[in-house]
Amino acid sequence: MDGPGVVIVGAGHAGGSAAAYLRQYGHHGPITLIGDEPCLPYQRPPLSKAWLKGEVGEEELQLRPPGFYEDQAIAVRLGATASRIDRAAKTVWLTDGAAIPYDKLILATGARARRLPAPGADLQGVFTLRTTADAEAIKAELAPGRRVMIVGGGYVGLEVAASARTLGAEVTVIEREPRLLARVAGEALSGFFHSYHGARGVRFVLGGAVSAIEGRAGRACAVVLDHGERLPCDVVLVGVGAVPNEALAQQAGLPCEDGVVVDLQSRTEDADIYAIGDLTRRPLPLYGRSFRLESVPAALEQAKQAAADITGHKPPAPEVPWFWSDQYDLKLQLAGLPFDVDRLVVRGEPSTARFAVFHMSGDLIQAVEAVNAPAEFMGGRQLIGARRPVARERLADPAISMKEVAA
Amino acid sequence: MAKITYIEFGGTEHAVDVRNGLSVMEGAIKNNVPGIDADCGGACACATCHVYVDEAWREKTGTASAMEESMLDFAQNVEPNSRLSCQIRVTDALDGLIVRLPEDQH
Repeated sequence: MDGPGVVIVGAGHAGGSAAAYLRQYGHHGPITLIGDEPCLPYQRPPLSKAWLKGEVGEEELQLRPPGFYEDQAIAVRLGATASRIDRAAKTVWLTDGAAIPYDKLILATGARARRLPAPGADLQGVFTLRTTADAEAIKAELAPGRRVMIVGGGYVGLEVAASARTLGAEVTVIEREPRLLARVAGEALSGFFHSYHGARGVRFVLGGAVSAIEGRAGRACAVVLDHGERLPCDVVLVGVGAVPNEALAQQAGLPCEDGVVVDLQSRTEDADIYAIGDLTRRPLPLYGRSFRLESVPAALEQAKQAAADITGHKPPAPEVPWFWSDQYDLKLQLAGLPFDVDRLVVRGEPSTARFAVFHMSGDLIQAVEAVNAPAEFMGGRQLIGARRPVARERLADPAISMKEVAA
Repeated sequence: MAKITYIEFGGTEHAVDVRNGLSVMEGAIKNNVPGIDADCGGACACATCHVYVDEAWREKTGTASAMEESMLDFAQNVEPNSRLSCQIRVTDALDGLIVRLPEDQH
């Protein structure tokens, strides 16, 4: 079969995986993968963790080896930016003037790091972390004794804080909310990370809003808080969330609500256009609402959904949203989302750095946060997916194994 | 370098060369062997790279860590020879390794 085939805009984790799954699921027609970064698809999660610490190299970062795309007859256009979609002509236009026709189009343009809305945010020495180029620039700045100011106590900020401390830098985390991970985690977990990082030399400023970044000779030298405190530094990392890259979809007239709206097969309103990954607002039947998930597992699930729908392959089983974070010797695994929660159940003792927090709605687990507790993560994830009620007392009792609780 | 044979649930065999230092999971991903998802990229966080190690190779592939055991405990269709392939490092000693893949990874 020939013809225009499938065009994928965005060569990140979602786009790159969609191309691979299309071939695995038996798509024989052309596949064109368009990415605006100069490099082949790679894994972003290690950029703040193992890669930043020098524990993995470029080869391990790559989603697939360079020869893969040629072997699989996937045409890759790197350093190319899509500027417009003509839905009537089923054509994507690139900024260099090239027109690329499609039978099916997959949008995988991802999200970009949110900028800090403060004077001085564009000074040299102020970074966000999203791409390998960002990570290389940050890595070059991390060394023993360097003063690193991290704005934002979310996952990116805490992961970089852990990596930077491991490399010997002096680290301060400034968080606007009164606790870490305020928007995404329960208080038990926030408190645990606060003390774990604190014991490893990370300083925290909670409830601190940044009013400006001061520069000297064009380079950041201090962060100024709104109550006037001035924190001298050598490097600033801003980790205050991500914004979906939805301009292309908006221009094409596809419905967007902080994310391109898709259905359970990652289809947009246009039967020939799919959207996957951080870019999308997707239905979450488990929680009776839609949400924009920013995680690799969600991107991979949607890559499978789109590839399956295009090829007529069996759709992937629905997943409970999940992700993970590595900090120091901690493995944090999370499943579900803490919607409609009326109580927290803590299993295990946080001071042992091995525990789990269950977010409950009545007798149903809505979400689990597991620190060095893989059984709690796996068992919790299954119980969330099954919507099976659990007695809180059993969940809270570490003497009853998770296997028994989940049985 | 080790020649590793991955056998899909349906019986399709993929024999590929995997260099030392990579994991058995990475060998599959780099060669687009279907049936290993490896959602977490090898962080031992997801249990979507579950394989059955051929009986003759169980000793050479070693034993699972406590972390891996806990993850496997909740994977589907676990057998005594189940492993997470991201936790098996390739060395010359694994030349000829055979692993079988489950029907799916959830």
